[in-house]
Amino acid sequence: MKNTIQYQYDSKHLTNSEPLATDVSKLRTEEMVLNMGPQHPSTHGVLRLEVVTDGEIIKNVIPHMGYLHRCFEKHAEKLPYNQLIPFVDRMDYLAAMNSEHAYAMGIEKMLGIENDIPKRVEYIRVLVAELNRLASHFIAIGTYGLDVGSFTPFLWLMRDREHLNRLLEWLSGARMLYNYIWIGGLYYDLPVGFEDRCTDFINYLKPKLQELQKIMISNEIFIQRTANIGVLPLDLAINYGISGPCLRASGLRYDLRRVDGYSVYPELDFEIPIGKGEMGTVGDCWDRTNVRVLECWESVKIVEQCLVKLKGEHKRTRDFDPQALVPKKTRPKLMDFYARAENPKGELGFFFRTTGTYDIPYRVKVRSCCFVNLSVLPAITKDVLLADLIAILGSLDIMMGEIDR
Amino acid sequence: MQFLEIKSLLIEKFGEGIVLSENSFYTQSQLQISPEKIVEVCFFLRDTDQLYFDYMTCLTGMDNGPEKKTMEVLYHLYSIPYNHSIVLRVETNRENPEVPTISNIWRTADWHEREAYDMFGIKFTNHPDLRRILLPADWEGFPLRKDYLEQEYYHGIKVKY
Repeated sequence: MKNTIQYQYDSKHLTNSEPLATDVSKLRTEEMVLNMGPQHPSTHGVLRLEVVTDGEIIKNVIPHMGYLHRCFEKHAEKLPYNQLIPFVDRMDYLAAMNSEHAYAMGIEKMLGIENDIPKRVEYIRVLVAELNRLASHFIAIGTYGLDVGSFTPFLWLMRDREHLNRLLEWLSGARMLYNYIWIGGLYYDLPVGFEDRCTDFINYLKPKLQELQKIMISNEIFIQRTANIGVLPLDLAINYGISGPCLRASGLRYDLRRVDGYSVYPELDFEIPIGKGEMGTVGDCWDRTNVRVLECWESVKIVEQCLVKLKGEHKRTRDFDPQALVPKKTRPKLMDFYARAENPKGELGFFFRTTGTYDIPYRVKVRSCCFVNLSVLPAITKDVLLADLIAILGSLDIMMGEIDR
Repeated sequence: MQFLEIKSLLIEKFGEGIVLSENSFYTQSQLQISPEKIVEVCFFLRDTDQLYFDYMTCLTGMDNGPEKKTMEVLYHLYSIPYNHSIVLRVETNRENPEVPTISNIWRTADWHEREAYDMFGIKFTNHPDLRRILLPADWEGFPLRKDYLEQEYYHGIKVKY
């Protein structure tokens, strides 16, 4: 076989493709540029941070991203709506069910069938979305523990997440990228016995969450490391468009599950935890982590209520077909539509412009929550210590797959 | 506050000519504003007490194709305390697309505008740091334009597979 050159080496390629945003000639003598990432374990993926430091004090942080860019928006202009769902999975690959739920709901609203969806389908959707929310928060909390130096919670949470992954694998056949929630329905009904296994899991999980609260959240070392660090004031958070646990940790009770009341969330009873600044200032890293742990408890509550409904009022019947309402042709009318839903990391929005004549969208724009949440990083890392940068970045819970799309 | 009230407040402040056109899809209504006026309108929408649009949800760039010869920017604004929203739409030409930045009003617009510049080549004037954000800096062309053709080689790597 002929050996062809696949890559022409040139020493300038690296600097040309992603040049420094800082003008090095204008730096003062004591300042220097430090590069962190893209291969760095605590950047949670492939994020490159260009850090201007003065000794140990950070003067400026400039994030460079795009290393995981997979052209979702370009693909979306070539594919029918239903075939886009696997692509949606791969954006936030730790919370694929939630993204699918947001996407499917948006298309259903455009088609005008959102009120015809059977209640059982809605309850299953909420059930799996909350299970996935738990899994996503477990990764967020666990890897944050790693970032600030506690190893045990990570192992414990990965162990518990494994149960969740297996439950969802039993359900859909895949561990992380499910393609389970379809437009107008679901791929399958729940497997026989899933409800009982889920109940077992919840009963197993509750003491583990209490343990987690003891070993991590109320651990003195953890508090010392995270309280009063990376304070995100509420006005700054809103101006930067922050959403999800980061916004709630800054003290605003704002959750789209309650504000928009989509799916069956209005019928469910759950609280919205907010940051109160118990260990320091409102909106610090400790608050953000604490809000995530409290949200795990709320998700457990939601899962339990869904299971009661799925075993009682909306229980499985022989003639139930989860694909009954799946449209043969997904062809919304000509319109612009913005659909949004609460993902574990914040508000995930899809903006669609349809053509009205094809079942391929004219344009899809994703309002990625992690993209927006990361944009606040330069603003809250001014004049902090270099070690705290890791703590602040980890507490924002970013997911590079969704930032780069 | 309803869409019609927001619109009448805008007309009261800026005169009849401010709204170039309007579209309604379900509850999501759009107002077309001229690019020269967008900054003033955004300041007004944010700073008026009855409106209080404190949250910019999304900023979308859009190419209408070589036939229509226009590009669009859509602003999705939302007010957290009042729970109302509005969509503003700005149209610009395709040869030299320029829209003033609103990143001094909502800081979140900064990265959204960089993304729109990256994908469509829409220049946001007065933007503090208009660089490519997702693609490499030496990438050629703007990929989400409807007539985009990818370059043949990038650093000696064949682009089209």
